[in-house]
Amino acid sequence: MTIHFVVHDEGDSVGVVVVEGLKAGQPLTGWIMDQDKMIEFKAINDIPIGHKLAVRAIGNGDTIIKYGTDIGKAVANIGAGEHAHVHNVKTKRW
Amino acid sequence: MAMDLKNASFEGWRRENGRMGVRNHVIILPVDDLSNAACEAVAHNIKGCMAIPHAYGRLQFGYDLELHFRTLIGTGCNPNVAGVVIIGIEPGWAGKIAEGIAASGKPVEFFGIEQHGDINTIARASHAAYRMVKHASKLKKSKAPLVDLWVSTKCGESDTTSGLASCPTNGNAFDKLWENGNTLVFGETTELTGGEHLVAARCRTPEIRAGFQAMFDRYQRVVEANKTSDLSDSQPTKGNIEGGLTTIEEKALGNIQKIGKKCIVDGVLDKAEAPTHSGLWFMDSSSAAAEMVTLCAASGYAVHFFPTGQGNVIGNPIVPVIKITANPRTQRTMSEHVDVDVTGLLQKRMNMDDAGEALLDCMLRTAEGELTAAELLGHREFSLTRIYESA
Repeated sequence: MTIHFVVHDEGDSVGVVVVEGLKAGQPLTGWIMDQDKMIEFKAINDIPIGHKLAVRAIGNGDTIIKYGTDIGKAVANIGAGEHAHVHNVKTKRW
Repeated sequence: MAMDLKNASFEGWRRENGRMGVRNHVIILPVDDLSNAACEAVAHNIKGCMAIPHAYGRLQFGYDLELHFRTLIGTGCNPNVAGVVIIGIEPGWAGKIAEGIAASGKPVEFFGIEQHGDINTIARASHAAYRMVKHASKLKKSKAPLVDLWVSTKCGESDTTSGLASCPTNGNAFDKLWENGNTLVFGETTELTGGEHLVAARCRTPEIRAGFQAMFDRYQRVVEANKTSDLSDSQPTKGNIEGGLTTIEEKALGNIQKIGKKCIVDGVLDKAEAPTHSGLWFMDSSSAAAEMVTLCAASGYAVHFFPTGQGNVIGNPIVPVIKITANPRTQRTMSEHVDVDVTGLLQKRMNMDDAGEALLDCMLRTAEGELTAAELLGHREFSLTRIYESA
C-alpha cells in the first residue's frame, strides 16, 4: 500500500503529499499520524510532493490548522482536495 | 533493540581541557580576510592541516568585534581541533585570538604579516604547522562515555517532510541524548516564529523563559525594523516554498520538532557562547545554515545533526554534519548528501523510535571516524555572523 498524503493531526485542515507525480482525480490514501488512522480522498489539482492539500473546505480568511496549530490564513476559498500553498495561504506574522 | 546509551562509548581525542573531540584537525586560521591567502599557502605546504578562510575581521567594533573574536577563539578551542596556527595582517589581534585559544591548553602559534610580507610569514607559519601536525598525528584516541559527546542541531532547506519525519527523528534522538545527560543545543531564533510559545513553555525556569523571550523579541524587532515585505521570499526560503512550506508559522512548527517531546530547555546562550553545564541549550542565532553551524562549532559542539527536506548540502570545516532526510525525491536525486535515510517513516515502513536509533547509530559511527557525506564531498562552509557594518 502506498501512502499518498500524511496529516499530522485529525483536527488539521491540510495534509502533505508524500509521493511524486500525484494527479488530479487520483484516488488517494492518507495517513493521520497522531491518531494512526487511514483515510481515502481525491485531489482536485495535480499536487507536487511536499505540497499541501486541503482535507476540508476552507473559507477565505479562515485559519489554517496543521500540527493542531495555527499556521496562517486562507486568502481565497479553498475547496476540499485543492492545492493549498502561497497562492491561497499567507502568514499572519510579519 | 533499543540502544543502551548509559553504557555506550566512543573512541575520540581527550583534549587538554577534558573535552572529547571526534576529529583531530590542525587548522590555519586567519584573523581577517587579508590573511586568507597566506593561510591557504601554509595549508598547501604542510599536509594534514586545513585553512579556514573567511570574509571578515577588519574595522569591526563593539559587540560585532566581540562576536568575531569569540567565534574564532571558540573555533580554535573546539575539541575536534588539535592545534591552531593563526595569521593576521598585524600581530595584535592575532595574539589576542591565540591567547584565547591557549587558555584551552592546546598548542597555538600566531603570526602577523606586516613588516614580514606574505612569503616570509608563510615560511614561518609553515614551520609551526609542520610541528603542530607532527604533534597531532602522535595523539592517541581514548574511550569516553557517550555523555561526553556534545551534539548540536539545525535543519535546512526544510520542507513539509522535515516537520513530518526528519525533524521528529532528530527530536527522538535528542530526547534520548537529553535523558542520557548529553550537552545539546538548538537555535534559529526567527525560525521559531509561530511556535515560540511552545519553546517558551519548555523552558526549565521562569528566568530561562524570560531569557529566551528577550532573545526572540529582540530578533523580531530586527525583522520589523528592516523588512521590506512580509519576508515571504526569505522566510520561508524559495527552496522551502518549492518544497511545499507556505508560511513561517508552518516552517517553525516543523523546526521545533527537533527538540523532541521530552527535552526541557536548560539554558540560553548568546552566539558562539560555550554552555556551562549539560542539558539542552537554546542559542540566539541566525537560521542561515552555515552561520548557525559555525556558531555551534564555536560553542564547542563536536557533532551536528542536520535534517533536510529539499537537500541542503552544508558541511563545516571542523565538525561532522550528519544529514537526515525523509523526502523520497531528495533521496532519489541527491543521495550522496544524505547520511540517514528516514523516507520509510512516511510510508509506515519505519517507526520513529527506529529512525531515532538509526540517527544515534550514525552519530556513534561518525564519532569514531566514519566520514559524513559533507566531509566526503569537501563541504567546509565557515560563515561568520555579522551584527552591523564595519567602521
